[in-house]
Amino acid sequence: MSDPVSPLGGASYEGFATVRDAGPRGMITLRGDLAGAAMAKAVAEATGGDVPGQGEAATGPRGTALWFSPDELMILCDHAAAPDLAARLAGLLSGEHALAHDVSDARAWFRVEGNWRDVLMKLTPVDTHPDAFREGQVRRSRVAQAAAAFWPDAGALNLVCFRSYAPYMFALLSNAARKGSEITRP
Amino acid sequence: MSHRLPGGGRLTDSARPISFTFNGRRMRGLAGDTLASALLANGQVLMGRSFKYHRPRGVVASGVEEPNALMGIGRGGHFEPNQRATMTELHDGLEARSQNHWPSLDFDVGAINALASRLLPAGFYYKTFIHPRAAWKHLFEPVIRASAGLGAAPKDRDADTYEHAYAHVDVLVAGGGVAGLAAALAAGRAGQRVMLVEQQGHWGGRTAVDGGEIDGKPAETWINDAVQELEGMGNVTLRTRCVAAGVYDHGYVTCNERLTDHAPHDPALQGAPRHRLWRVRAGRIVNAAGALERPLAFPGNDRPGVMLASAIRDYLVNWGVAAGQRTVIVTNNDDAYRTALALVEAGLDVPLIVEARANATGPNAAAARAAGIAVAEGAAVIGTTGGRNGVTGLTLRRADGREEHVTCDAVGMSGGFSPVVHLWSHCGGKLAWDEAQAHFRPDPDHPPRGADGTGMVLCAGAADGAGSLADVLESGHAAGCRAVAETGGTAPDGPAPKAAQAEIPAIAPVWIMPADAGAEKREKMWLDFQNDVKVSDVQLAAQEGYQSVEHAKRYTTLGMATDQGKLSNINGLAVLADALGEPIPQVGTTTFRPPYTPLTMGAIAGEARGPLFQPVRETPIHAWHVENGAHMEPVGLWRRPYCYPRKGESHRNAVNREVLNTRGNVGLLDASTLGKILVSGPDAGRFLDMLYTNVMSSLPVGRCRYGLMCNENGFLMDDGVVVRLDEHTWLCHTTSGGADRIHGWMEDWLQCEWWDWQVHTLNLTEQYAQIAVVGPTSRALLEKLGGDIDLSREAFRFMDWREGMLGGIAARVFRISFSGELSYEVAVPASRGRAFWDACLAAGEALSVQPYGTEALHVMRAEKGFIMIGDETDGTVIPQDLRLDWAISKKKDDYLGKAAQARAHMVAPDRWKLVGLECDDGAVLPEGAYVTAPGRNDLGQNRMIGRVTSTYHSPTLGRGIAMALVERGPERMGEVLDVPGEGGRVHRAKIVEPVFYDREGTKADV
Repeated sequence: MSDPVSPLGGASYEGFATVRDAGPRGMITLRGDLAGAAMAKAVAEATGGDVPGQGEAATGPRGTALWFSPDELMILCDHAAAPDLAARLAGLLSGEHALAHDVSDARAWFRVEGNWRDVLMKLTPVDTHPDAFREGQVRRSRVAQAAAAFWPDAGALNLVCFRSYAPYMFALLSNAARKGSEITRP
Repeated sequence: MSHRLPGGGRLTDSARPISFTFNGRRMRGLAGDTLASALLANGQVLMGRSFKYHRPRGVVASGVEEPNALMGIGRGGHFEPNQRATMTELHDGLEARSQNHWPSLDFDVGAINALASRLLPAGFYYKTFIHPRAAWKHLFEPVIRASAGLGAAPKDRDADTYEHAYAHVDVLVAGGGVAGLAAALAAGRAGQRVMLVEQQGHWGGRTAVDGGEIDGKPAETWINDAVQELEGMGNVTLRTRCVAAGVYDHGYVTCNERLTDHAPHDPALQGAPRHRLWRVRAGRIVNAAGALERPLAFPGNDRPGVMLASAIRDYLVNWGVAAGQRTVIVTNNDDAYRTALALVEAGLDVPLIVEARANATGPNAAAARAAGIAVAEGAAVIGTTGGRNGVTGLTLRRADGREEHVTCDAVGMSGGFSPVVHLWSHCGGKLAWDEAQAHFRPDPDHPPRGADGTGMVLCAGAADGAGSLADVLESGHAAGCRAVAETGGTAPDGPAPKAAQAEIPAIAPVWIMPADAGAEKREKMWLDFQNDVKVSDVQLAAQEGYQSVEHAKRYTTLGMATDQGKLSNINGLAVLADALGEPIPQVGTTTFRPPYTPLTMGAIAGEARGPLFQPVRETPIHAWHVENGAHMEPVGLWRRPYCYPRKGESHRNAVNREVLNTRGNVGLLDASTLGKILVSGPDAGRFLDMLYTNVMSSLPVGRCRYGLMCNENGFLMDDGVVVRLDEHTWLCHTTSGGADRIHGWMEDWLQCEWWDWQVHTLNLTEQYAQIAVVGPTSRALLEKLGGDIDLSREAFRFMDWREGMLGGIAARVFRISFSGELSYEVAVPASRGRAFWDACLAAGEALSVQPYGTEALHVMRAEKGFIMIGDETDGTVIPQDLRLDWAISKKKDDYLGKAAQARAHMVAPDRWKLVGLECDDGAVLPEGAYVTAPGRNDLGQNRMIGRVTSTYHSPTLGRGIAMALVERGPERMGEVLDVPGEGGRVHRAKIVEPVFYDREGTKADV
């Protein structure tokens, strides 16, 4: 069987921050009553952690759950594990009005390492100040002309956008990370 | 003549000379100079020509308000016109060109306009429109075009880079003078998030020039200490060369930061964008933008060398440049005396101060007298002498009526100060007329209001009408404290910075000097230097009935163009008020609109240019298409292969080959762009029955059904195949361009109207690559790939779908056809899309597989009479027009569009309906052509009874085929109608059924 291919084949750009195609990653959309017991059970099964609060990311021993909307979560996991996990979660949620679906291939995943705040503040109207946006939080907004979700972890920024926008997003992030164009000079 | 004084100025570095060129002539300046100060230092007083009369003009101001000294800076891709010399910081190799003259600055043919100035009065431009008609086109327009206009538009692509930056702050302080610094200190000390922007490259504003003592320190020391303290605060962002350009709703402010203009070759700035447009959300905006000095309208006030008194002081103190050897000051207020004192202190002559007030009794006047400067009280300037290289003297009339000529080579004028209220006014803040100070100042009772109804802008310092240093500091501190309190913080305990309180004697408003000037003098009193608007022009406008200040502005051009009347507006409206016999506040001001100073187009565009102009969406197979020479076409934001021309093959031939190969063998189409929206939940069936015109709830699991979606007005907006995945789940395919829109449409209904229905939607468009395998041997190709799906005719019927492994990849296969051939669409995870495509090509090699593009797709669907959203529909077409009644349920109580489709006009028998058209000679009808009937309509036009919606050459049939919407079309089968084409040719087209190929549908049923 062929290996899964991410849209940019692992491309990277080194500016004042480093932009990387993070390769194929597992993503599962959950929709349903986020306050319900079944959802808590499904999230616990997926990540070993809790259901995240509004605008938050909740990381457990097996993965991370991102709050995407009042009735939508995104589960992050291994790419290979996603189809089976999605089926398992759908099973746990059966009988509920809920939806679990593997969407691993629908999006491109970037990591921006280094001074990612300067990159991001050029492109999104979100408040990216450390007081307003820190690890454990997630935002869905506009990044220049593309929709995106982004959340920091381990000192870097994760950003996902729809897969077809990957070349645009890579060029956009790289351009914003050009050496010498830092906003907050050290 | 203007010249540099030994020792230089506060901002210049005598040890660092700088070389630049002006109109090709090499000149020397100093590090820290502006272009204007360097030109004056070189004795270059003449800096440009005026817009209308091409009069010689020198620099008037020292800052953003400069109307005259506009330059083209740089060359090639770095050229930019209309740059103010006063805001252009000098750097090595700077190339500047003056504007608006031909052939040269010194000798300008257009100056002949000045002789004809009586022929170019207010409203001249508009009057030329009226009569005689022919004169505009052949006489006025060419002449005006040739002589008007400021700088030349750049010819080359902009070689610089630009970007945006978003910031969210509690308090944005606009202006880095002492008021702004005091406000920022108060807000910064309180711990609020603060951004302080200053349009110049240095801090302190006027106070840095005028000096004084703050908190017991020299003003400049206090300024430096304040900046240092602010720089040490993590919660404060400071930006110089950054102008707060516009205030918009909800505390949104744009600020333009110029990062490299002052040092484009500085290695430390390599990689930096030229400009960065800050897009700031601020809880409170403190407008500390200062005040602008007003000129005085006396005859001959536009000669080079006649400058604002404060500007003369700026050049002297900041750059060590004297505007002249002998400077006469003309004033109606006390501030201009500072200039006289500074000049005398620097060893320059001030032979006289022409004082409009009857008595000058203030402390500055006393100091001037003590310094031995003569003051002519109650006097007026009645004329100036000089040439293009500057003023040589002025004539005054003393209080006793005696006229006297004074020789001088510079004149400093001051008509008082107007607060810079732009940021207060952009979003609706109102102004109040301050009689005592003779200026408009912000009316605190009518602020611009934010989302919560409270005022979002606070004014501070001179921008609020404060005059003395003590008042300015107090006002800045108070605005800072109030901004803190209003953004949820606790204002700091400390007091406002202190300065000695000084009494400021009253100003005498002077709008025309002398007040009794006759017509001849009024024609020489300039109000607007940039647009050549004189007192006489405004008076003429009033006389001709232009009573509204907004109308008078447009009629006279007062306050237009790059400076937007920063110097002229208040004087102009005061003259208008006088001419109308109304008080000034009743006449009011023109509207203050952003931006405060001009922005470059580059800054507005930011990064969105070239490859980043707009996203280009790519499918997982995009790279293969490009590598294999596909000719791409835009479909929404996607790029899709139109066709795959071989070497030397025309696009048309490629399309014909692709159609014939697909109909004869097998073709592959990258259909990944099709929208794929999952709809699931207990109410999903009911929901889809409302969205589609036919019934989707009854679709059996394992089956597919074609559906139509209409909007509430009944018009067809999207179509596609709906798939029943399981009891509660459907997969809706949409058009490529419609995926996001239809997903939003679904969510709109679910969230706003049917919020209690249990339905979830999920846009899976990009989760899958979708490949159509089309043609008589498509089944053989899939079988060759190998897998666990029974592909036989009996087990896998038309409109069935199956799931399984194909070529080792998990796949969902739909047996559907948009070509009329045996056909399968295969969805695989996007990460394996390319692998599956490659596998199909390999498996199909022996079957003569070829990819085909969107044009072959279009031709084949038209051969079958299948409609295409966007071709057969245009937002005014209902499904019944397209004779798709078979896909409209008669049984359902309701669906979106049902009620609208019952309206009288929708059921009228004469609606244009879908038919086929073909010509006897096999011609291809022109795209978008109309079908006409004999006679004329009510408007005397050709009577149009239809239009061609799709037209192609059919390689399958070897002739042209077309689809069209024709009035009562289906009733006219066999009729031959006129279809006018280009060049007077009229095609004769016969109405036929719109299915041209395999009407029985045998090809797909194999």
